Amino acid sequence: MGMKTPLKKVRGLGSAKDGTTHWWHQKVTAIAMIPLFIITLAYIINLVGADYSHIRYVLGTPFAALVMLLLIVAMFYHLKLGLQVVIEDYIHTESTKVALLLLNSFSCAVIGLAAALAVLKLALGS
Amino acid sequence: MVELTLPKNSKVGTGKTHPTPEGATNLKTFNVYRWSPDDNKNPAIDTYQVDLDTCGPMILDGLIKIKNEIDPTLTFRRSCREGICGSCAMNINGTNTLACTTGMDEIDGAINIYPLPHQPVVKDLVPDLTNFYAQYASIKPWLQAETPSPSKERLQSKEDREKLDGLYECILCACCSTSCPSYWWNSDRFLGPAILLQAYRWIIDSRDEHTGERLDNLEDPFRLYRCHTIMNCTNTCPKGLNPAKAIAEIKKMMVERR
Repeated sequence: MGMKTPLKKVRGLGSAKDGTTHWWHQKVTAIAMIPLFIITLAYIINLVGADYSHIRYVLGTPFAALVMLLLIVAMFYHLKLGLQVVIEDYIHTESTKVALLLLNSFSCAVIGLAAALAVLKLALGS
Repeated sequence: MVELTLPKNSKVGTGKTHPTPEGATNLKTFNVYRWSPDDNKNPAIDTYQVDLDTCGPMILDGLIKIKNEIDPTLTFRRSCREGICGSCAMNINGTNTLACTTGMDEIDGAINIYPLPHQPVVKDLVPDLTNFYAQYASIKPWLQAETPSPSKERLQSKEDREKLDGLYECILCACCSTSCPSYWWNSDRFLGPAILLQAYRWIIDSRDEHTGERLDNLEDPFRLYRCHTIMNCTNTCPKGLNPAKAIAEIKKMMVERR
């Protein structure tokens, strides 16, 4: 650890002057998900037992598709932000941490966009 | 990965059981963590019996009696014996608190005493708080102002003074910070509840003119935002303060100034 003073270690590279956006976006997406999740769940419960073509039709209507798209955006952005914090908290090996942070960003983007694409196909037809 | 289990040389074994004092009938059992840097052994739990009929009521009284009458090698910090110096902060039956303000009668059965968690141990119940104190220094815990000092004191209204209530009482015993899992994992960068409460004490001081610089210094994913509102800090504070609320107020200010 060398001969650095404790204060030098604590000050480190200085403040990142960042973190508020991350924190705020996590809160905002959390709040956004409350109504979006309730509406989506109501749609799904209503469609229990319905036949395939009817489900495709209902979820493809503009309002349902819009709600689901918004939910997907909020949810996967929230997931990415949250998992990032978990990784930063617990993984202290620099190489593993960077690899997992990349994997987190990429997989949230891929799965989120795939889900959005599915909704768009329902809404705009194939 | 963070260390979720103790490293090999920190595994706690069973230590000495000291004999019961002769003729004593009203006994309290103390199980105390012992470790010395001098003998190359793992830490161990020593067991002592304290005669309550000839001892003061507090846990610190018990420890002092053990040191005076049973085992002078037992090492711990203590000074004021009235909850104002913060020296005797330790983990008592799973909760960080002050040995001097916790009564022996508050604990049913044996009293289990460990040093504050997740800090390097100097000896027995004495933790190395070097990093904690350096973090305190890093927030510049003194009044900073550009306006030259008036010939008398800097004035503060009664209302502004009241804003410091619940903050100025912090004695920096480190019970809260060392109870915080986020501080356990990331104390190299996260300032922890005690230091953030102290930082807030200066941020809202009406006489301090460096509010923005103080917020700049804290605006960091680790220094401030490793707080995940776990609330162990508020639960454990032996002075009944609320560091979690102080941190929440800082986070609110960060949004407010955008």
